[in-house]
Amino acid sequence: MKPIAILKAVAFAAALGPAAALVYGFYTQDLTANPGDYITDQTGWWALAFLVISLSVTPLRRLTKWNELIRLRRMLGLFSFFYATLHMLTWVVFIHFFDVKFMLADVAEKPYITVGMATFLILLALALTSNRFAIRKLGRRWQKLHRLVYIAAVGGVIHFWWQVKADITEPRRWAVGVAILLGFRLWWNWRSRVSVAVQRRREPV
Amino acid sequence: MVIKKASDVRSSEITPKGVYLRRREFLQASAVAMAAAGFGAWAGVGEAQTTRTKLKGPIKKSSFSTTEKVNLYEHVTGYNNFYEFGTGKDEPKVNARNFKTTPWTLEVEGEVAKPAKYALEDFIKPYALEERIYRMRCVEAWSMVIPWVGIPLKDVIDRVQPTGKAQFVEFLTLHDVARMPMQRTGVLDWPYIEGLRLDEARHPLALLAVGIYDEVLPPQNGAPIRLVVPWKYGFKGGKSIVKMRFVEKQPRNTWQVMQASEYGFYANVNPNVDHPRWSQARERRLPDLLATTRTQMFNGYAEVASLYSGMDLRKNY
Repeated sequence: MKPIAILKAVAFAAALGPAAALVYGFYTQDLTANPGDYITDQTGWWALAFLVISLSVTPLRRLTKWNELIRLRRMLGLFSFFYATLHMLTWVVFIHFFDVKFMLADVAEKPYITVGMATFLILLALALTSNRFAIRKLGRRWQKLHRLVYIAAVGGVIHFWWQVKADITEPRRWAVGVAILLGFRLWWNWRSRVSVAVQRRREPV
Repeated sequence: MVIKKASDVRSSEITPKGVYLRRREFLQASAVAMAAAGFGAWAGVGEAQTTRTKLKGPIKKSSFSTTEKVNLYEHVTGYNNFYEFGTGKDEPKVNARNFKTTPWTLEVEGEVAKPAKYALEDFIKPYALEERIYRMRCVEAWSMVIPWVGIPLKDVIDRVQPTGKAQFVEFLTLHDVARMPMQRTGVLDWPYIEGLRLDEARHPLALLAVGIYDEVLPPQNGAPIRLVVPWKYGFKGGKSIVKMRFVEKQPRNTWQVMQASEYGFYANVNPNVDHPRWSQARERRLPDLLATTRTQMFNGYAEVASLYSGMDLRKNY
């Protein structure tokens, strides 16, 4: 097996770890006095974590020049969607128990829920179009659509930040992480534009 | 006075005291056994073991107690909002385990005939301890049932004799950076301040708790003495109280200072007035997964309603 295939298999198994820990903790009754909230918090945390990890694939690839890393990106993004789906389901089932009226009111009235739901819908759209068929079908528009992941990352951080009562230490950490990853892209983009311009100037008239 | 009985709880669901006590002995015994077997280090067993002490003297039962199923000791003492010891619910248990509460001085000051400093033992001595099994509803939409032991706040107030000017009473939590590590940060304004209108404080349900489950109050629950006001959201219950101050003007309580649009002075449990981020219509009775228990007005303590007659509880949230 090629190193990248091994890495991918290891990453896949590791990414299931948090879900397995929740299942195990649930059966051993070890998820605090408030297992419902604990599951909501953990799944939300890992959704954001995998989103950020998937966003760091490209910078890492450029820094290490190990281009095959790109083969991890879709899987990592889908794990973010997987945990986001569980996270959203805890809200549907634990908090509202399928009561549509309460859910709509929540989305309409609570800004952190509005942002969270919008973020989830972005991830849903990206997950649905992550297969080969959609990539081929969408052509150039695919990349444009998938740039929404930047908005999803910002949305995820805002959603986290706005539901904290007083201690913003953690969401601030994520905000810094996302800012660095998006900043890297801005910088890269700017640099390549400059170098293109420089090259043009050098070309004989 | 109307005393509400929770008739919807089957008596078979209630853990008999003997059983929960035995369960704890069992857990402690197994903790010791595991530590002896060398599992302690990695299992984290013993990391938050504080000495547990039975309260001395007789403890009266009270007709104010609910008959609902009492939460497990591990839940009541392992899931705490006590920001002085950390903002995570599991942090106070660990960070407060060496919190020393003897000696403890409690000061009564302000508009009272008898301002004084008391050693905690002397402060409590004149009163008989009572068990009060109350529902506790957190503003975060979860609730527990806790067997507090304490003294009625009303009796304390009668003894210190507020003057005619006294309209409110403030409760100040200890402010000691060396003993309460999070006070190094600015996550809240320290010291933690809570307050009640004097007639609220004189309501027979209001309690100064010094214990739970017939034992000395553990540090993470607000040792050595804390306020319990069961018809209000949990944050009204100031912990580790060092001062009661009788004042003319309505105090600014800590969470109100932090975010006045979300936390008011009254903070009565009210399913009809939402917190901006949480609906308060329903709650999660821990350790349930589903948060579909209907929240009751004044947390089911309807007898306090007359305190607020004529008041707009939407404005005075």
